[in-house]
Amino acid sequence: MADLPKANELFKSINYTPPSTGWMDTPVDTSPGNWCYPAKAEKLEYLGFPNPREWNPADVDWKLPENWQDIVHEGFKERLGKYRSLKVFMDICVRCGACADKCHFFIGSGDPKNMPVLRAELMRSVYRKDFTMAGKILSTLTGSRVMTEDVLKEWFIYFYQCTECRRCSLFCPYGIDTAEVTMMARELLHLCGVNINWILEPVSNCNRTGNHLGIQPHAFKDIVDFMVDDIEEITGKRINVPINEKGHEVIFITPSGDVFADPGIYTFMGYLMLFDHIGLDYTLSTYASEGGNFGLFTSADMMKKLNAKMYAEAERLGVKWILGGECGHMWRVINQYMDTMNGPANFLEVPKSPITGTVFENARQTKMVHITEFTADLMKHNKLKLDPSRNDHIITTFHDSCNPARAMGLMDEPRYVIKNVVKNFHEMPEQTIREQTFCCAGGSGLNTDEIMEIRMRGGLPRGNALKTVQDENGVNMLSCICAIDRATLLPLANYWAPGVDVCGVHELVGNALILDGEKERETDLRMNPLPGKEG
Amino acid sequence: MNALYSLVLVFALVLIALFGAGAAHMTGLFGTLLPYVAIAVFLVGFASRIIGWAKSPVPFSIPTTGGQQKSLDFIKHDRFDNPVTPGQTFIRMVLEICCFRSLFRNTSVALKDGRVTYSSAKWLWGFSLLFHYSFLLIVIRHMRLFFEPVPVCIGFVEMIDGIMQIGVPRLYMSDLLILVGLGFLLGRRLRDPKLRYISLVTDYFPLLLIIGIALSGIYMRYFAHVDIIALKKLTMGLVTLSPVIPEGVSVVFFVHLFLVCTLLVYFPFSKLMHAGGVFLSPTRNMPNDTRIKHHENPWNDPSIKPHSYADYEDDFREPMIEAGLPVEKES
Ligand code: SF4
Ligand code: SF4
Repeated sequence: MADLPKANELFKSINYTPPSTGWMDTPVDTSPGNWCYPAKAEKLEYLGFPNPREWNPADVDWKLPENWQDIVHEGFKERLGKYRSLKVFMDICVRCGACADKCHFFIGSGDPKNMPVLRAELMRSVYRKDFTMAGKILSTLTGSRVMTEDVLKEWFIYFYQCTECRRCSLFCPYGIDTAEVTMMARELLHLCGVNINWILEPVSNCNRTGNHLGIQPHAFKDIVDFMVDDIEEITGKRINVPINEKGHEVIFITPSGDVFADPGIYTFMGYLMLFDHIGLDYTLSTYASEGGNFGLFTSADMMKKLNAKMYAEAERLGVKWILGGECGHMWRVINQYMDTMNGPANFLEVPKSPITGTVFENARQTKMVHITEFTADLMKHNKLKLDPSRNDHIITTFHDSCNPARAMGLMDEPRYVIKNVVKNFHEMPEQTIREQTFCCAGGSGLNTDEIMEIRMRGGLPRGNALKTVQDENGVNMLSCICAIDRATLLPLANYWAPGVDVCGVHELVGNALILDGEKERETDLRMNPLPGKEG
Repeated sequence: MNALYSLVLVFALVLIALFGAGAAHMTGLFGTLLPYVAIAVFLVGFASRIIGWAKSPVPFSIPTTGGQQKSLDFIKHDRFDNPVTPGQTFIRMVLEICCFRSLFRNTSVALKDGRVTYSSAKWLWGFSLLFHYSFLLIVIRHMRLFFEPVPVCIGFVEMIDGIMQIGVPRLYMSDLLILVGLGFLLGRRLRDPKLRYISLVTDYFPLLLIIGIALSGIYMRYFAHVDIIALKKLTMGLVTLSPVIPEGVSVVFFVHLFLVCTLLVYFPFSKLMHAGGVFLSPTRNMPNDTRIKHHENPWNDPSIKPHSYADYEDDFREPMIEAGLPVEKES
């Protein structure tokens, strides 16, 4: 991180003119800083992934299995047969370039291989050679090439410079989703043991301890107790938090980032205060203490395995439905994959808010409700006692997390919640919010420090939009509904718009809530003095 | 370079037709056999590509949403960008296919005064629409060559297309507009360094081929003034499966026809299949209803189970008891 250039220098270094050599002839740069650390052998062994070994991407020899070309070829073939998306996306791109400047990594780096179309071409070129007649005969003229070790290395570099945010897909006239291509490419890389630790370690932790940070059950309980203490200090009210208890109506599952990391913990405190306020009959679980699914970044099978815990635990504890916290990829998995992979969960009931009686028809099948849907409904029915003036020191904007925004279309619910608890709210520029939102550049397992420059480059569009509202509206807080965002947006804001802090939406709710019998509050959840209560 | 290769290729095709049908008098080959082959290849090829795609299932429902989901009553649902019913999804597809809706969103990025700026970039949208619709009009107009009597609707399309009443024979707008559209698409590829960088021979070739077809057609109609009666005899012969090569069919026509045949043969093996593929794109043609309805994955492996709660408790029972957390088995 030491050699991270200054923001304005980095900005000046961006050049959108492609190199003079054709992309197939431009060698891939495998020097450190361009890749995330490879997965540790022991993690692969634990998960039963192929080819565990110590290796270094900067070395020439990646210690691939001897028949790695056959492995990739066979794996490719299998996936073409299994996924129509892959097959169609390999065939119908017309290279119109509409997606080219939609990727935050391209916008921040100018590297043409970060244009979604070219990223996918890295894979398509091999597809054409291996699976199409024209590609076999005409070769480079049709943009096809043989799978060599250099191509594989290029895949590793560029498919781990894609956060699977799907912004490109929104703009493509055929809906070609480079995230889907990336997911397939990563699956193929996994088959040869080419993967990164920042994904595999969380995966293995999730599997064993139930959450990606590896928090063990007693530690989880300790952390919750600390938060209960803090809430008592701030509000004068001690609340009760059931954990692993049977016989409650609802299980609440949130990403473990909310339990562990600052600023997620304030959001977590917000959830707990809300549940206490409305008297929700709920429990947490240490076994299913991770909503975020890092399996999504490895393979469909791993995603299924990790996700299955939610239903398994809901069944064991005998709850009626599941309430889910603020998390990006968790909701992509829940919305697009969960019932297909892990359901149907017929032992659960269609979610119904016990407070307002609202039946969540849009969650009829998965039986899982997003907390902002739940809270927005409470607010609409006037079930919350709120004092928004406690957030008067906060001038906030809202970052739509890519996954809920483009996989679900969850956009107005969080805004509705925010507007009920904060007076000062400003939207970032139109082309950077809602379905057009820009990624935090650390999604899909890339929020690791060894690629900080890549992340800051990818974070330029978001950071720049943030800077705009900071300059124009004095925004000092970036709220979001994703635990990865809460981790990745901090360094990003610090770099591109210093002075802006990051919070979850339910932290703002927690600040505003008037708990029954609470004392007059002096501070917000971060223990900063409230406006008018300084000194 | 790739553009040049493609240009040479198209010229070569023209020469083949000029020589074959003109100098070598192989009009039978160019006028009847090739068209039959081309149409057969096109139909079989097109169908088998579609079937090939359709054979791979869609294990997961992965629509890309472009607006607010259906949720609470008081939140306005964006029905056509985030459809939940088949009807809404159908309309989304119609908008996509007939109006190129996603392309309409296009923006372009620039770096100005230390800021990233986004400006609306609808040129590609506009000119692609222009090209595709002109092409459609032209194809419909050509249908008059294959019907006797000519259906009224084709006559109507012709009338509209020639409504400006300029020149003799009357100028069809689509003839001009298709060239404008193609010219833009080609010019854009050549001018924009990003696009030049990603463009392959297979990107320039179809553009130049269609330009060749359009130019030869225009030349025939407005400059060479070919014998339409003779042409219609030839095409009707093809349709009725009793092919004839009448007198007076000029060699320009064979060039035109040969290029069209090339296009038909090339079509199913190329990116031009986007015309069929767009209907099958899972990110667009699926409703966003996976929280509401079950979607089946034929590859869902029932043997994949989570790390079980029992194993988890075995791992952590002691500390759990110590921390006062409930357990299933006391020890
Ligand atoms: S927008 Fe779609 S068709 Fe155009 S280049 Fe990108 S992926 Fe290909
Ligand atoms: S999914 Fe996102 S990160 Fe990946 S290529 Fe598309 S825009 Fe870029």
